[in-house]
Amino acid sequence: MTPRTLVALVLLALLAVLPLLTQTFDQRYLLSVGTRIVIWSIAAVSLNMILGYGGLVSFGHAAFFGIGGYAVGILSAEGVQSGWVQWPVALAAAVLWAALVGALSLRTRGVYFIMITLAFAQLIYYLASGLEGYGGDDGLNISRSRFGLIDLRDKATFYWLCFALLCGTLWFCSRLANSPFGTVLRGAKSNELRMTALGFPVFQYRLVACIIAGAFGGLAGILLANEGAYVSPAMMSWVKSGDLIVIVVLGGIGALFGPIYGAIVFFALEELLKPFLDLLHKGWGEYWQIVFGPLLVIIALYARGGMASLLRGRE
Amino acid sequence: MTALLATDGLVKRFGGLLATDNVSIDVREGEIHALIGPNGAGKTTLVGQITGNIAPDSGTIHFAGRDVTRLPTHARVRLGLGRSFQITSVLREFSAIDNVALAVQAHLGHSFRFLADVRRDRALRDQALRGLAAIGLGERAATPAAVLSHGEQRQLEIGMALAGAPKLLLLDEPMAGMGVEESQRLVATLRGLKSQCGMLLIEHDMDAVFALADRITVLVYGRVIFSGTPEEIRRHPEVRQAYLGEDPA
Repeated sequence: MTPRTLVALVLLALLAVLPLLTQTFDQRYLLSVGTRIVIWSIAAVSLNMILGYGGLVSFGHAAFFGIGGYAVGILSAEGVQSGWVQWPVALAAAVLWAALVGALSLRTRGVYFIMITLAFAQLIYYLASGLEGYGGDDGLNISRSRFGLIDLRDKATFYWLCFALLCGTLWFCSRLANSPFGTVLRGAKSNELRMTALGFPVFQYRLVACIIAGAFGGLAGILLANEGAYVSPAMMSWVKSGDLIVIVVLGGIGALFGPIYGAIVFFALEELLKPFLDLLHKGWGEYWQIVFGPLLVIIALYARGGMASLLRGRE
Repeated sequence: MTALLATDGLVKRFGGLLATDNVSIDVREGEIHALIGPNGAGKTTLVGQITGNIAPDSGTIHFAGRDVTRLPTHARVRLGLGRSFQITSVLREFSAIDNVALAVQAHLGHSFRFLADVRRDRALRDQALRGLAAIGLGERAATPAAVLSHGEQRQLEIGMALAGAPKLLLLDEPMAGMGVEESQRLVATLRGLKSQCGMLLIEHDMDAVFALADRITVLVYGRVIFSGTPEEIRRHPEVRQAYLGEDPA
């Protein structure tokens, strides 16, 4: 077993028992941070599928937070509380959105792709802000999805559900990477012209990749809405899309566990730097990214493979 | 014998430049047809139209009994059009065998399979290894393509094109940047492939062209100025002046 696999397994084991740890040490708040880390990890893993394996830098991935979240929120506001209805509808909405955005944005390359995915995400952001019937800018309080016997209002149960879904996402992603499909996706990142000349309709493969990533992104959105029992346009602002890219880059582009390392470091730093800066001077905590930014620059300059590459050691 | 590939009256303009001027050429099965001409004669533009990367302004392209003028590149490849690029084009991050395995995978059908592991697909790996051995790179299977020598990368590219069992191989300056020895080896390889597929060979190395070609077409300023056997080309004074005069090879 490589050190890398070992670290990943230890990390997964720790995440698996987190509710027991937080209960033992009476740190309820940590469980909510942990839940958010797990949910963001799902979204970051899904972004890594297209960004890491496909080389497609989507700057609009937070739109799936919003679509998954608002589908649950709107249904909840309309009196449909059953998760059996809410979740499939939300996933279908995310898939549709991914197909639409993918079909249009994949006709562009490079910086244009980045800009057009951002533009689409902004479109849905302002659309949500304009939904006066569902809270507009202020957002919408909802109740957690009902799944019969499983009570998602129990924080540990909800956490374990999120964790199980993260494991499922990771499993799928690990299979995808070396599947015929994933190989085509990685090949197209390496040399699109050659892949076309081999007879692969690259556009179709990328579109399917976007749809898969969108479905998992939508799943993260569903969970995020349930976690906070609240949806608002802020969950899909372009800043969140940027945070997702930062998490993927920080963790290691194209590395299976990279997004999880990235999410942990991102949220840990936020939780630690905020009180620390507030301690130095009241109100400074809000600007924690002043410290985080330079850190990211250092990672980008000196650890190109992100956190995951640090585990591998020097090549 | 019917032509495998035939262009009929192809025209392509870039602004005021007539890059392809009413070009009609054909390649028959099992034939090596060489396309020569000075730099800027429009060879690459013509290749681009045949592969589907560039849309012609007018004219038609028939391949393997079908009008492919409006078909996208990948669909033409599916019909049996393999190619190598003027500038070597391999998947640099992939090992040599993974490059060929992807080519085999492309030939086997769609790859919308999400859970199978290509590294454990015995049939795929075996076929890729055979393909690699056929072009003399069997020993280099695990080497990343980026680390292969220039000549090896060119060979790999041809190996990838062959893995798709093409009916026609489009070779855009395969000898470019190769040493004498490597060129000679490639000439031998290509000659051995004649029984498998037809070839349209774009090449500046006249020794290679005369050693391989059954027919030669001379392109100058986008127009076909002559087409015939190597013997006829050699005897043709206009061709000698127009082509060999400008770009002595």
